[in-house]
Amino acid sequence: MDWLRDIIDYVPANIDQLRELTGNHLVQAILPIIFGVLLAVPLAQLARQNRSLAGIMLTGSSILYTIPSLAMFVFLPLILGTSILSMVNVVVALTIYAIALLMRSTVDALNSIDDGVRQAAVAMGYRPLRRFLTVDLPLSVPVLIAGVRVISVTNIATVSVGALIGVPSLGRLFTDGLTRNYPEQIAVGIIFTLLLALVLDLLLVLLERLLTPWTRPTKASEADDVALDARTVAA
Amino acid sequence: MTSSEQAERRTMIEFRNVTKSYDAGRPAVDDLTLAIERGRITVFVGPSGCGKTTSLRMINRMVEPTSGQILLDGQDVAQQKAAELRRSMGYVMQSSGLMPHRTVLDNIATVPRLNGVARSAARARAKELLDVVGLASELGSRYPGQLSGGQQQRVGVARALAADPPVLLMDEPFSAVDPVVRAELQAELIRLQNDLAKTIVFVTHDIDEATILGDKVAVLAVGGRLAQYAAPEEILRAPVDDFVAGFVGRDRGFRHLSFLDGDHVTIHPIETIETSQLADPTVSVRSPWTLLVDPEGRPHGWIPAATRASITSQAEAVPGGSLYTRGGSLRSALDAALSSPSGLGVTIDDDGRAVGVVRPAEVFDLIEAGRLDRGRDHFNTAV
Repeated sequence: MDWLRDIIDYVPANIDQLRELTGNHLVQAILPIIFGVLLAVPLAQLARQNRSLAGIMLTGSSILYTIPSLAMFVFLPLILGTSILSMVNVVVALTIYAIALLMRSTVDALNSIDDGVRQAAVAMGYRPLRRFLTVDLPLSVPVLIAGVRVISVTNIATVSVGALIGVPSLGRLFTDGLTRNYPEQIAVGIIFTLLLALVLDLLLVLLERLLTPWTRPTKASEADDVALDARTVAA
Repeated sequence: MTSSEQAERRTMIEFRNVTKSYDAGRPAVDDLTLAIERGRITVFVGPSGCGKTTSLRMINRMVEPTSGQILLDGQDVAQQKAAELRRSMGYVMQSSGLMPHRTVLDNIATVPRLNGVARSAARARAKELLDVVGLASELGSRYPGQLSGGQQQRVGVARALAADPPVLLMDEPFSAVDPVVRAELQAELIRLQNDLAKTIVFVTHDIDEATILGDKVAVLAVGGRLAQYAAPEEILRAPVDDFVAGFVGRDRGFRHLSFLDGDHVTIHPIETIETSQLADPTVSVRSPWTLLVDPEGRPHGWIPAATRASITSQAEAVPGGSLYTRGGSLRSALDAALSSPSGLGVTIDDDGRAVGVVRPAEVFDLIEAGRLDRGRDHFNTAV
């Protein structure tokens, strides 16, 4: 089991480099998720309101998704005027993928809301923007987060590709390990990537539970807390 | 005050030649002109495709009319901002339409919150309303998905009442719950209305529900034509055409009895035997049918004289028919008599104690006497 010892020993010996690469990796994986959600939700709502626009947007985003990530990383600096080594290229590319993937699932999520609920919101006197933000959006959170979970895993994987052209991320452990014929380094890269994907996914599951308390039966203690809260408010 | 001014004060909502057509097809609502009285329940009833829901939704501008005007308290609704207009009317729909992601309290507080009332004040009001619609306050912290259908409808009614609107629009609110719960909710609505005196517009496809709840009933025919607009009693007694007669149904003669009060029905005394006396063979009965009662006097079936000796427990008694509450309608008096194995309708007081029996022949005599009276009133002749 010497190879296992070698892998374990690699971590403390290179802790500073690992910390920096993990940080870079996370930034490149998480920022596109945030930008993707912020852009895909309004675009999806736009697509729902205009059917011909929806066709163009959904087809267009599917085509964008087929562009290989490496091609995108190389091509984007030409458009953006950024350095080829800049993390911005990766963030922009992954944001485009995130929008492409999220837009369709967000349209589905918004369409899946019970028509009775939407009718009721109109009848209660909601104006469109408030209804979208406080009724439609919260109700589409479960489907939205399902899409985000897919993106978070693919992002963690795809960020590594940037290392091929020199953008710093955990992918550098693969490129370095390959050139130096250092399998322990590659193994550490794989383990760290897996751990990141797992932790991020776990956080998203927790986020969903936090945002959608109505989707599961209330525990007695929780119910009591809320009731108590309401009572103090009433008093 | 002139009579036309008085009529104006009585009218809360007025349809003036309102037509709604979709595309080129037949109109969904065809030239509807109708005045809805303030503080009363007006029911739109008709088969599917008669435009009753469309008519209702034009009142709060969820549907815009193709032509014509709708006046709310004398003001054209088309001139008012849709969102504000809707907040000034409670709306209850078939599927309760509650927000699944909000607690019951927050659902009820929806319209006050939209109107800018502080969360704490809106929730306090919501708690009061839980009580008004007969729900336990513990339910306030639940989510709609954790309630039964009947409870959800009650929350729907509470939500509609939260901003204390003068007008309530109810779109088949009780049609998705089972008949027992529906009857409860109907009784509850009548009780609420006695306290609140809202102007309620109620849509249903059920003529029974229409006649139970409506102070006035508008029967709409397919194609959005108003066939008859009158008090429910009149619609049952004198349908204006074949469509209304057909829609009201074959039982309309019997249903009409709901509107004849039974104050004049003679209540005859009846021999009773207590449940505790059954096991004692020395307690005999004289009448052909003796009423079995518990120590509080509530009826529990019949003991036929012929088989008295073999009956020793309550379970062996002949089950009784429906009960007639003293002072109720002739319909329930007749039903009690017709459903009773002894042919005698058991009459109870408000506490459920047996007070006597009614005889079917005498109920028929009263029905006949009422018919003769009406004939003289309407046609100057006994019919």
